[in-house]
Amino acid sequence: MSQINTANMKVVEGSYAVAHAVMCCKPDVISAYPITPQTHIVEHLSQMVANGELDSEFLTVDSEFSALSVLVGASAMGARSYSSTTSQGLALMYEVLYNVSGMRMPVVMNVANRAMGAPLNIWNDQQDAVGARDVGWLQIYVEDVQEAVDATLQAYKIAEDPQIRMPIMVCMDGFVLTHVYEPVELLDKELASQYLPAFQPEKILDPNHPMTFGAFADPSTYTEFRYQQFDAQLKSMAKIEKAAKEFEEIFGRHYGGLVDSYFADDAEVVIVTMGSVIGTIKDAIDAMRKEGKKVGLVKVRSYRPFPVQALRQALKGASVIAVIEKDVSIGAEAGLVTDLKSAFYNSKIRTPVIGFAAGLGGRDITIKDIRKIVDKAEAARKGIESEFEFLDLRTEIL
Amino acid sequence: MDIKAGRLVDPCSTRLTKTGAWRTFVPVFDHDKCIKCSLCEIYCPEGCIHQVDGLFVPDLDYCKGCSVCAHECPRMAISMVLEEK
Amino acid sequence: MENSLLAPGHRACAGCAMPTTIRLVLDAAGPNTIVVSPTGCLEVTTTPFPESSWCVPWIHSLFENASAVASGVEVMLKRRKQDTNVVIIGGDGSTFDIGMGCNSGMFERGHKILYVCYDNEAYMNTGVQRSGSTPFCAQTTTTPPGSKSKGNPRPKKDMPAIALAHKVPYVATASVAYPVDLRRKVKAALQVDGPSYIQVNAPCITGWTFDAGTMIELSRLAVETGLWPLAEWVNGELAGVKKIRRPKPVTDYLEIQGRYKHLFKKNDCGDQLAKIQAIADANKAKYKLVD
Repeated sequence: MSQINTANMKVVEGSYAVAHAVMCCKPDVISAYPITPQTHIVEHLSQMVANGELDSEFLTVDSEFSALSVLVGASAMGARSYSSTTSQGLALMYEVLYNVSGMRMPVVMNVANRAMGAPLNIWNDQQDAVGARDVGWLQIYVEDVQEAVDATLQAYKIAEDPQIRMPIMVCMDGFVLTHVYEPVELLDKELASQYLPAFQPEKILDPNHPMTFGAFADPSTYTEFRYQQFDAQLKSMAKIEKAAKEFEEIFGRHYGGLVDSYFADDAEVVIVTMGSVIGTIKDAIDAMRKEGKKVGLVKVRSYRPFPVQALRQALKGASVIAVIEKDVSIGAEAGLVTDLKSAFYNSKIRTPVIGFAAGLGGRDITIKDIRKIVDKAEAARKGIESEFEFLDLRTEIL
Repeated sequence: MDIKAGRLVDPCSTRLTKTGAWRTFVPVFDHDKCIKCSLCEIYCPEGCIHQVDGLFVPDLDYCKGCSVCAHECPRMAISMVLEEK
Repeated sequence: MENSLLAPGHRACAGCAMPTTIRLVLDAAGPNTIVVSPTGCLEVTTTPFPESSWCVPWIHSLFENASAVASGVEVMLKRRKQDTNVVIIGGDGSTFDIGMGCNSGMFERGHKILYVCYDNEAYMNTGVQRSGSTPFCAQTTTTPPGSKSKGNPRPKKDMPAIALAHKVPYVATASVAYPVDLRRKVKAALQVDGPSYIQVNAPCITGWTFDAGTMIELSRLAVETGLWPLAEWVNGELAGVKKIRRPKPVTDYLEIQGRYKHLFKKNDCGDQLAKIQAIADANKAKYKLVD
């Protein structure tokens, strides 16, 4: 997937690496509220501002709701805007999420994915962002810290594209990626500026050209506003691919655009997933390949827009598909597996698909778990016994 | 109407809508009584009373007939009359 | 006012105090002003897409976040060293209740923003429900009088005191019936290097129910009875009050509004009228409104 130049690598905390990437994007305004496990990102950013390394307006606000609302005003003034949050904070932003996308503001936000309460739980899963899949924001899920760094820079390029003008969440697993120390190639500031030009807003709040932002739309136009957002998301698929390709040309690293794959071409069992669990799955695949098992992986990098064609293409050769995801749609399976099955329904693909809610509230997903899932998938080729299940459910305490 | 134009709206554009159609009573000004205090202009919720050639005149395209002007006029120079339409 | 910064053609009710209030504020602030507004009557009546009454740059985001949105606007103006006024104009629901968290944050961070609340004392846009600003005994659709109710059971929230508790350097109350006073206060507020708050009495014909023509008279009566003292505070100190030359009984104000008519119909509401008079008398004493 990525080719890393080890000579320039430094061992840093994931949150620092992302904060450094944000610094290289030179946001005008940063507005955030403390919440675990996101806080280190904005702590690092405020230190950069305090040291004079980063010339940004940093607002310490009264809630996540305010944090994102501040960026509505800043963005309307033509600011490159940044925030970062997780879990309950993202939920508190919910109303503003719709507003930012509806007003077509290219805000970029890192989401340090974390479980939603109740019960209160600060550990990683992806319920927070997957639960906000319909709000109009693009969602990119990353597998490691390096990708989090690189995707953050790419996100501004995609978001600020004049044909897109949509906000983006760069989703990185909380603690697993935010708090890990690993070797990372930090972005070169000049190369970052070369990749990401200054933001050129169309219209801003300006007394010389006094436009009205955020008017009220009745049934005669509301549908068309929604359609435009929908259309922009579909158009963004090509931009996501392009942003990844242009990034590779300058920085030499590539993670796929919409999707990526690992030994998927000849695989019989293909695992589909998002986020940091991919590292474990790759190790499991390496081991199983040595044993002669034809197992592969398709990584969903862009969850919104949902890359229907790219997934049909990447999965057309599979005999059985197992979706592993860290979220659940209570009462109806889970986000990724539902979307994937829906992508296949009107295609010729009739491959069995089974889904697993795994790693909820921070529970480890081990190589042994992956093997278990692969065994279940192989069994499903002969007939699906369970379409969707909770992995490792501790039935003894139920 | 082009909603592609940045989803934004041009300034002062409610002028396109003639709210005078809402009116039942119309203000009639007795300019001889007027002392040009301009209270009618200041208080008018529509902002549609202006001096034209030195006389205060309501713009009937927008006047909703609320009668605030008539009520506040210190010289009772404005009367509200049922409008024949 | 031919060069008014609020165009006609807006959809506010005939006899609404809100557009007059906006025009007076914009008159004083001038065209070099950016206005931020929360959701409410103001927003729906002045910006029905694809039209807008605003002749200055204007932005609406949500019901409860105008202060945060304005904070983002203000930091960008400072960043660009641009000397433009930032004025929030919102109703009492967003100001007193749902936007309180954002308002508190904006006041506390000390942004140079003028917050103008046009206070019509209930949630009018949704159909006249009680807000934290609704005065004692007023009828709303969620505080209806009945055999066990005499209207709103609680007094009005003291929002200027909340602003003062944040050390907001300029705080004032005003009335749509006193245009010279209101414009002067807006100009004074915009001179302050920090947040400012002006709360304007702005009758709502739909919620208060009165003859449309009496809108200004009603707001004047609120002042003349002592129920709406016109005051201003500079750096936390009471800096001025408008004296009442001929104080009037509160019943003069109450009896011409539908929202208080139950107080005059029911025989057992004498206590309530006395309590409202006591509120006015307490204001007169506290602010020394009558010489």
